[in-house]
Amino acid sequence: MQLTVWTYEGPPHVGAMRIATAMKGVHFVLHAPQGDTYADLLFTMIERRGARPPVTYTTFQARDLGTDTAEIFKTAARDAFERFDPDLMLVGASCTAELIQDDPGGLARALNLPVPTITLELPSYQKKENWGAAETFYQIVRGLATEAPAPKAEGAKPSCNILGATALGFRHRDDVIEITRLLTQMGIEINVAAPMGATADDIRRLPQADFNVVLYPEIADTAARWLERQFGQKAVRTIPMGFQATCEFVREVAALAGVDPELVLAQHGSHMPWWSRSVDSNYLTGKRVFVFGDATHAMAAARVAKEELGFEVVGLGCYNREFARDVRACAAEMGVEALITDDYLLVEETIAALQPELVLGTQMERHIAKRLGVPCAVISAPVHVQDFPARYAPVMGFEGANVLFDTWVHPLVMGLEEHLLTMFREDFEFNDAAGPSHLGGHAKVEAAAQPAPEPEFVPMAAQATTQEPITVVNWSPEASKELSKIPFFVRGKAKRNTERYAAEQGLETISIEALYDAKSHFAR
Amino acid sequence: MSDAATLTSPASEARPVLRERGQREVFCGLTGIVWLHRKIQDAFFLVVGSRTCAHLIQSAAGVMVFAEPRFATAIMEERDLAGLVDANEELDRVVDRLLSRRPDIKLLFLVGSCPSEVIKLDLSRAAERLSKKHSPSVRVLNYSGSGIETTFTQGEDACLVAMIPEAPVASEEAPASLLVVGTLPDIVEDQFSRLFNQLGIGPVHFFPPRNSQSIPAIGPNTKFLLAQPFLGETARALAERGAQHLPALFPFGAEGTTHWLKAAADAFGIPELHFLAVVAPGRERAKRALEAQKQHLAGKSIFFFPDSQMEPSLARFLSRELDMKLIEVGTPYLNRQLLSAEMEYLPETVTLSEGQDVDRQLDRCREAKPDLVVCGMGLANPLEMEGISTKWSIELVFSPVHGFDCAGDLAGLFARPLFRRSVLKV
Repeated sequence: MQLTVWTYEGPPHVGAMRIATAMKGVHFVLHAPQGDTYADLLFTMIERRGARPPVTYTTFQARDLGTDTAEIFKTAARDAFERFDPDLMLVGASCTAELIQDDPGGLARALNLPVPTITLELPSYQKKENWGAAETFYQIVRGLATEAPAPKAEGAKPSCNILGATALGFRHRDDVIEITRLLTQMGIEINVAAPMGATADDIRRLPQADFNVVLYPEIADTAARWLERQFGQKAVRTIPMGFQATCEFVREVAALAGVDPELVLAQHGSHMPWWSRSVDSNYLTGKRVFVFGDATHAMAAARVAKEELGFEVVGLGCYNREFARDVRACAAEMGVEALITDDYLLVEETIAALQPELVLGTQMERHIAKRLGVPCAVISAPVHVQDFPARYAPVMGFEGANVLFDTWVHPLVMGLEEHLLTMFREDFEFNDAAGPSHLGGHAKVEAAAQPAPEPEFVPMAAQATTQEPITVVNWSPEASKELSKIPFFVRGKAKRNTERYAAEQGLETISIEALYDAKSHFAR
Repeated sequence: MSDAATLTSPASEARPVLRERGQREVFCGLTGIVWLHRKIQDAFFLVVGSRTCAHLIQSAAGVMVFAEPRFATAIMEERDLAGLVDANEELDRVVDRLLSRRPDIKLLFLVGSCPSEVIKLDLSRAAERLSKKHSPSVRVLNYSGSGIETTFTQGEDACLVAMIPEAPVASEEAPASLLVVGTLPDIVEDQFSRLFNQLGIGPVHFFPPRNSQSIPAIGPNTKFLLAQPFLGETARALAERGAQHLPALFPFGAEGTTHWLKAAADAFGIPELHFLAVVAPGRERAKRALEAQKQHLAGKSIFFFPDSQMEPSLARFLSRELDMKLIEVGTPYLNRQLLSAEMEYLPETVTLSEGQDVDRQLDRCREAKPDLVVCGMGLANPLEMEGISTKWSIELVFSPVHGFDCAGDLAGLFARPLFRRSVLKV
């Protein structure tokens, strides 16, 4: 049993719903009890979809358990087929239905529906949402994309598929537009983009492309590997998130497609590199940032943070174990230990211990950062209604790099403001408790108003935290007061460094002298 | 206003009700945790269930609860299913971890879910065992919020039933007291407290209490009013403790509130003239506030999808006090006994439906082209996209809507979508 306050991923059948909802002409019959329909609101409210997800829930109740839940499933599947007239049916079971073992696949086959019907095995007590989405997409591709491609016409343009975008994905809608635009500029034809927007027939056409672009490995990696084995389609693996990664992506695509990358690279039009080099961005240097999300977004974000904004990555992690190895390698390159966990409480503890100046995370880390009084920008699913902006806001491609710059830099206290706060600590109106002046009146940071910010909860016994244990040392009242004069956005670092210094030196109490000794000790 | 005799008239039983089964677009009882965990400030709700349960509560509540929530899920994994002994050990471990993290918790609910029910994990025994272990600092209770047994607000009903044995026993000699049953926003409790005080009714207690240490005593001289129509099992459990139910309309709108207060006034022997004098100002305020909303609502047709069991009471209010035209009033479960008064007041022409087959109900709804649809969050945007104005039903459970001084706000919840549609030029 796992104690969970918030969960990063839903159950695997929600992953299956994300695929069904993203596609066209697909209907998913889910054997599930009353209440599981909550998942509809993820799509209709968070993503503001104007249509119900194409899912029929069998809605069995306790009194049905002794009788015939299988019959309920058959009726629901038959009715759904007649009403929605899909080109492809998916059938599966949610966590409770898995326990009663009705075999939706067998029951659906017995109905002899005149359309392909794919049975999804979604082990709810072992796997999670991303796995469910990847498995569903893979089963659909495997089930439908069976025909080898026709020989390519002489002089035809190189073509590719864009794989991985789903419903409820973090900025998938705009990433696909941005990457489509980029590939088109390079003279490459988009054969199919899937699952988002694809029909069953589109899936059948997947093998006709020369290669695949895998934007979201969490969703499309399994299917892309199968396509490679089956039809020899190579996959572009560079995730075009950030300026450099987008350039690498362009080169990788160009090599596969046999086109010239230089023209597109010369005309990238991205403001991001100059914005970052411009003198105003100097204050960003060495900002301590903690990065957490799905593996793909977290790794890409860490690289952008370090190499394109000049931040210092002090922590990096992901919640999906499937990609743990990649994240560990990436973290090692950054000189930090990876945090691979889906335990929100452990992430919270780690952030509290690291005291970063910026958190790049998911909606969960946004909660944590708010509690700890640290600025935060969202980089990854799980998503919130605000992660579906009305405006065009990709995070991939050259425009995506611009978006990353804006959304990560804006939560921070700005350059000169930072200096003024440092100089005049005791101004009654303009102080750090009032929050950055461009962020509205209520950006009050209560945790930071304390000289020594501590999380409000009782920390649990540190388990597998990646952090060195912090020895608790006493602060003299004078040193404590002096610490409070340091602005909140660097106070955490100062406190941490001083305590580390005191521990190393074997000091029992931290005096003002020790505070400044530590400052010079850690001076860069 | 009708007298008590008509409330028990059997006419309501003869009324035809459309009963359906099929896909239900409703929450399960776990969702009640979203408001219960804020109401009882020293209680914690631990769902024993699957990842789906955790995801449900977070999705229903997550966007709204920014503070540290007083709920969590013990997510069962493969190995918990393999052996139940292990599951119990695991549960003990999870509870230990939770309680060490939250030493302020005095009452812990183990909340059963679909998977825990299906594998027959005995949470009442677990609660007993854990209560003993953590006594006296924490009391552990259990109830089921599973979707195979409960719909949305029935979760609160089950939770309150679980708390009743904790109430001290009031003796036969204890003076008469009034118990108001059902979670109410703090401000509404205060408004009602003032009214009961002016009427001369007391002592008055609210259940559930704001703090688990102050569960009111219950005995044969306890008279209780239900504040919510979905508390059938709680009413039955209170009656078993000897408490006396005061049947009434539910306190929505000027009429419902007057009727509800009158039931208490009669039970406590409050003179008619005094009653009228006390309620007159509030009732007039409510009527004035409703008058302002009536311009948006009068003559408009409305269609309720089932959600909270509050639908018949709200429909009565909208029909009688705001002149709305009722097309269909759907409810997940129709408690004929508790709603007999409400059903008397509903027009003959309305279709009452119980249970749901959501696709068929959507067909009826589209056919009827109502001016306003009350439905859950899964249906609202799709209907809006089809050009039909909607009101999210969940807001009716989450907002102060009871009593005289919230009547205008309650009407406003229905008027706002229509008003907004008239304002928008995009």
